[in-house]
Amino acid sequence: MSIQVTHVSKSFGGFQALRDVSLEVGEGELLALLGPSGSGKTTLLRIIAGLEQPDPAPDVDVRFNGQSVAHRAVGGRNVGFVFQHYALFRHMTVFENVAFGLRVRRRRERPSRQEIADRVRRLLALVQLEAFERRYPSQLSGGQRQRVALARALATEPRILLLDEPFGALDAKVRQELRRWLRRLHDELHVTSLFVTHDQEEALEVADRIIVMNAGRIEQDGAPEDLFNNPRTEFVMRFLGAINLFHGRVENGGVRVGPMLLPQVDCALPEGQAARAFVRPYDLAVDRRKNGAAAMPAKVTRVQVTGPVVRVELEAAAGDVIWADLPHAQYRDLRLNVGEQVYVSPRNARVFAGDYRP
Amino acid sequence: MLPGFGLTLGYTVLYLSLIVLLPLAALLARSAAIGWSEFWAAATSPRVLASYRLTFGASLAAAAVNSVFGFITAWVLVRYQFPGKRAVDALVDLPFALPTAVSGIALTTVYSQSGWIGRWLEPLGVKAAFSPLGVTLALTFIGLPFVVRTLQPALADLDAELEEAAASLGASRWKTFTRVLLPPLWPPLLTGFSLAFARAIGEYGSVVFISGNLPMRTEITSLLIISKLEQYDYAGAAAIAVVMLVVSFLLLLLINLTQWWSIRRCQGGFAG
Repeated sequence: MSIQVTHVSKSFGGFQALRDVSLEVGEGELLALLGPSGSGKTTLLRIIAGLEQPDPAPDVDVRFNGQSVAHRAVGGRNVGFVFQHYALFRHMTVFENVAFGLRVRRRRERPSRQEIADRVRRLLALVQLEAFERRYPSQLSGGQRQRVALARALATEPRILLLDEPFGALDAKVRQELRRWLRRLHDELHVTSLFVTHDQEEALEVADRIIVMNAGRIEQDGAPEDLFNNPRTEFVMRFLGAINLFHGRVENGGVRVGPMLLPQVDCALPEGQAARAFVRPYDLAVDRRKNGAAAMPAKVTRVQVTGPVVRVELEAAAGDVIWADLPHAQYRDLRLNVGEQVYVSPRNARVFAGDYRP
Repeated sequence: MLPGFGLTLGYTVLYLSLIVLLPLAALLARSAAIGWSEFWAAATSPRVLASYRLTFGASLAAAAVNSVFGFITAWVLVRYQFPGKRAVDALVDLPFALPTAVSGIALTTVYSQSGWIGRWLEPLGVKAAFSPLGVTLALTFIGLPFVVRTLQPALADLDAELEEAAASLGASRWKTFTRVLLPPLWPPLLTGFSLAFARAIGEYGSVVFISGNLPMRTEITSLLIISKLEQYDYAGAAAIAVVMLVVSFLLLLLINLTQWWSIRRCQGGFAG
């Protein structure tokens, strides 16, 4: 089922959580709402679910498959909702939790006892918890609880699945497993899914499309690689992926950062304007010789060799701490020593000017 | 074993022995001083039996009424914000703080034939003061805080997300209440019930004014014990007291067992 949200705003007392947000989610898509806490992503998800009402406005609407559901309560929207802290019913077994949505139906719409049992067992197999149906939530690990919560949400066969920071309360390793598992599950079921996260890695890894939110607005909407490679705003640049930040001024159509002059590629900025250049750590070359105008001296302060790349921490002349990620082979050829003077030169930089409001 | 077990258990046993068991033992010794037939006669005379019925019946009724209305009070106090909430919250504790004789006199004033409420009940044929109903009213009054105060923390503990989860799964408000919210509240509700019940059985001060103390009709057991004492019939008083003690203990044990059972059901044994 597709989702259309138009002109939704929401304030809580004096706090404006959402400011005129519109978005569309296609049938079968897996979309991530990504943003820092307080950016409005959870509020937006809750409004789509019907757990929260948008502020009244003339053209505000939430539609599923083109049909407005704005006046339907959460129970009438046929959405599955998964909470960050699972919200499992602790006096019920795993089986009873998953069966809940079917058992509370009116008698006419309720499947038979046998059908309920079959469906619950099928779902428990899907989330790989067949052996746990008689356990209580208190007897499960965090990852298992979240899988029960997911099975419970899927039991009523929702046409939309909404997940609020589903892995937020889990430790790093379980998170990674569940991420991959959620992706596989989505590829199997193809139910339109939205999940909220503040973890950019999670969004980049799992989602088909990411909507980055900040201060109640949508900053950018696009495929993961699009957002990562072409951040349209400074906020997205800072939020997605690691960065080195250089403060400088516009000079001769480029950006002057200390002794280094970066050629500027995109729009023309007035001469002398303060600007910030962002360089990804893997876009920063390290060399012993000065290599053109776009280079600056720096001192190696720390080298971390464990990991997929070698992380070299450097101190620039101005005292700024920067870091560069080098492939292992290149690091071995360079034979860098801590305390050594080298030159860093960005291969690629993105420049933003003007005021920045985080 | 956790450190300090021997010391704290020793202290607990000593404390309970001195404060609780020793006086009770003295009571038993006192009643044993008279022979079995005399004991039986003192503890089961028709007037005494009537007082047992009234005391336990009215206490049970009062605790039951408190469980329902105390539940609603606690629900309102925890879940809603409204002006004057703190005042209402403080009001709940008043029956604790008030000297029982004062509550007794106040209740009698309100419910007697010419009282604020009694005057409206009288034409309806309902006699509130000087009747078993009056006894129940007084016991309800003093038991209310127990139910409210034991339920409040449990209610505050219920996550709003549980209701949202139930609603998103299509449960109606009523089914959400009966199947999701109520089950975890049974143990504290039972605790509140048993506390209110226990308090009511032992109550004296607030009841003696409103009951009127008519023999066979509105005499509670505590009153009979006092009047025996006033007649220097210590053994007779002790005999009645022993019966009260045994019955109260058995009832409280039963309630506690029910509670253990419901907690076990609620939490599903041990985390493994």
